[in-house]
Amino acid sequence: MNKTVNQKAWFLVLPVLVLVAFSAVIPLMTVVNYSVQDTFGGQFFPLDDKLLWFREMLQDDRMWGALWRQLTFSGIILAIEIPLGIYIALNMPKSGFWASFCLVVMSLPLLIPWNVVGTIWQIFGRVDIGLLGYTLNKLGIDYNYTQDVFAAWVTVIVMDVWHWTSLVALLAYAGLQSIPNAYYQAAKIDQASRWAVFRYIELPKMAGVLMIAILLRFMDSFMIYTEPFVVTGGGPGSATTFLSIDLVKMALGQFDLGPAAAFSIMYFLVILLISWVFYTVMTNLDKRDGV
Amino acid sequence: MAKITLDNLAHSYFPTPKSEDDFALKELNHDWVDGEAYALLGASGCGKSTLLNIISGLLHPSQGRILFDDQDVTHAPTAERNIAQVFQFPVVYDTMTVRDNLAFPLRNRGADASYIASRVQQIGKMIGMEAELDRKARGLTADAKQKISLGRGMVREDVNALLFDEPLTVIDPHMKWELRTQLKSLHHEFGHTMIYVTHDQTEALTFADKVVVMYDGRVVQIGTPQELFERPAHTFVGYFIGSPGMNVFDAQIDGATAQIAGTEVALGAGYTPKGGKLQVGVRPEFIRLTSDGTGVPASVRRVEDVGRHKIVRLDVAGREVSAIAGEDDAVSTDTNGITFDPKGINVYADDWRVAAEGEAA
Repeated sequence: MNKTVNQKAWFLVLPVLVLVAFSAVIPLMTVVNYSVQDTFGGQFFPLDDKLLWFREMLQDDRMWGALWRQLTFSGIILAIEIPLGIYIALNMPKSGFWASFCLVVMSLPLLIPWNVVGTIWQIFGRVDIGLLGYTLNKLGIDYNYTQDVFAAWVTVIVMDVWHWTSLVALLAYAGLQSIPNAYYQAAKIDQASRWAVFRYIELPKMAGVLMIAILLRFMDSFMIYTEPFVVTGGGPGSATTFLSIDLVKMALGQFDLGPAAAFSIMYFLVILLISWVFYTVMTNLDKRDGV
Repeated sequence: MAKITLDNLAHSYFPTPKSEDDFALKELNHDWVDGEAYALLGASGCGKSTLLNIISGLLHPSQGRILFDDQDVTHAPTAERNIAQVFQFPVVYDTMTVRDNLAFPLRNRGADASYIASRVQQIGKMIGMEAELDRKARGLTADAKQKISLGRGMVREDVNALLFDEPLTVIDPHMKWELRTQLKSLHHEFGHTMIYVTHDQTEALTFADKVVVMYDGRVVQIGTPQELFERPAHTFVGYFIGSPGMNVFDAQIDGATAQIAGTEVALGAGYTPKGGKLQVGVRPEFIRLTSDGTGVPASVRRVEDVGRHKIVRLDVAGREVSAIAGEDDAVSTDTNGITFDPKGINVYADDWRVAAEGEAA
C-alpha cells in the first residue's frame, strides 16, 4: 500500500497536546517559573542568579534531613511489607470459601482513605483515650508518639505496614495462583525441600508482580504525606518530617515559594529517575523471559 | 526397584462417593512386576493419571493399599517412595541452567558432587542436549523443556519406578521416536519398573512388554500387544486398539454358530454364554470380501487406500463395518458379502469376552 504524506495529520495529535499541556506542562512550568524568582508581598522579583534557590536547597541541611528520613522510611517499610506480604500470600488458602474471605478481609485496609487511616491511628495511639496508647502505658511501656521520636517512627511505620501490606500480599497471591500444580508435583517427585520450592519455583514465578509491588510501594511511600501529617504532624520536632511534609511547610507555612519550587523540581526529578530505573529493570526482566 | 502391588485400590474425587459412578478409579488389584515396562492405555479421562498419581503418592486413594515390595506405602509421602515421574507438560526450573535442572533431584538427595557431574553429563547426552547444558532453562522451546523433564526423571538410578504421564505429547514426531527408543534402551540397561501412560496405541504397543487398557475407571485388560490384538477382553479394547478398530456385530449364539444379520456364521468353537447382550467381534484383518453371495450380505461404501493396505468400509444391515484388503487386492465392485476367519472371532456378552468351550478362562 502506498502511504501518502499529509502533514495535516498533525492536527489529529492536537487534542492530546492541549490536554497534556493543561494537565502537566503548564502547571510544571509555573513551578519552574517560581523557582527562578523571589516573591515578596505578593510580587515577583526575578533573580539575578537563576539557580540561586537550587544551590541553596542543595546546601540546606533541612532538605537533606528530610531526604534521608524519607529514604529510611521507604527502606524500612519495603523491608517489612515485601517479605510479610509474600509470607501472608504463601499461607492464604488456594481456593474455596476461605480464599474469598481472606481476599475481602485483606483488601479492606486498601479501601480506607488516607486521612481516615491517619485519624484511626492518631486516636488509636493516643495515651489518654487511644486503645493502643493507653494499654501500652498501663503495661508499663513508655509510649507517646507526640514526644518520643522512636514511638513516632514505630507508629508511622506500623500504620503504613497495616495499610499497605495487603497490596503486596494480593499481588504476590496473584503470582502464586498462576503457578500450575504440575510444578509442585514435580518438586515433590524431585524431593525438593520447602525452601527449594520457594526459591526455584515460587519466587521466580512471582518476580514480575513483586517488581510491580516494590515499585508501587516505593513510589507511594516516597510521596507519603497525609498519614504522618495527621498522626504526628511531622514531629516530634522534625523527626517524621518527610519530603512532602517539609515541602508543604516551606511552601504554605513559610510562603517561601521560590525555594519550595526548586525543592519540588528536584523531588520530581528524583522520582522520575527512580521510576526510570525500575522501568528499565522490569523491561529487562520481560526480555529475559521472552528469549 | 520394586514390585508394586495395588491391593483393593479405588479412588473417588468426592469426599463421600455414593455409587460406583462417583469413583474415578474403580476397585483394582494388580501387581506391577519388578523390572517390566508397562503401558497404561485408555481414552482421556479414564483414570490413567489418577492411578499414576496414586502410585507416586501425589494423591491418596479413597480405599485400598499400595505396597512396594510388600511394604505398605499407602500413606507414605512422595519423597519417601523414591519414584520418578514425568508429566504431560514440561516442568523446568526457569532460573536454573539445564545442568542444574538435571542435577536437582540428585542434589536434593545429597549425592556426591563428582557422581552428579558425570551422571548429568551422561543424561545430557542421552536427551541430546549436551551442548546446551550451561544455558538457562528459561526461554527454551517446549520440546527442549520436555526433554529436560524427561532427563530429570531418568537421572536417578535407584528409583523404585519410573512413571511417565503422556510425556511425549508436546514433542515433535521425529524426536518422539528417538526419545521412545532411548526410554526403551534405558529400560533394558537398568531394568527399572516403568509405567507409561498414553492414549496413543502405537506408543503403548511399541514401548511396553505389557499393556494395561483402562476404560471408565476400570482396568479392562492387561496383556501383551499380541493378546490385546487377538483376544480383546472387552469390546472397548477391540475398538481402541487396532486401526481401524474391531467390528462388533449383534448376534444370537447357538453353540458353535452365530446368527449375524440373518446369516449363519461358524464360530470355530463352541460358546455357552450366560445371557446378556450378545455380540461377535471380528477385527478388520480377519474379514474377507466375497462376490458370490456367500457370507453375511454387505455392500461397499468406500475404499481408503492407506498405502500398505486398503481399508474397505462396508455396509452390513445399515451399520458400517471395516475390512482390510491387501494393497494389491482389487476390491470388486460386485462385492456382496463378507466371511470371517474363525480364528479371528471373539464372542462378547455385555461387552465382556466369553471364553470358548475348552479354552482356559
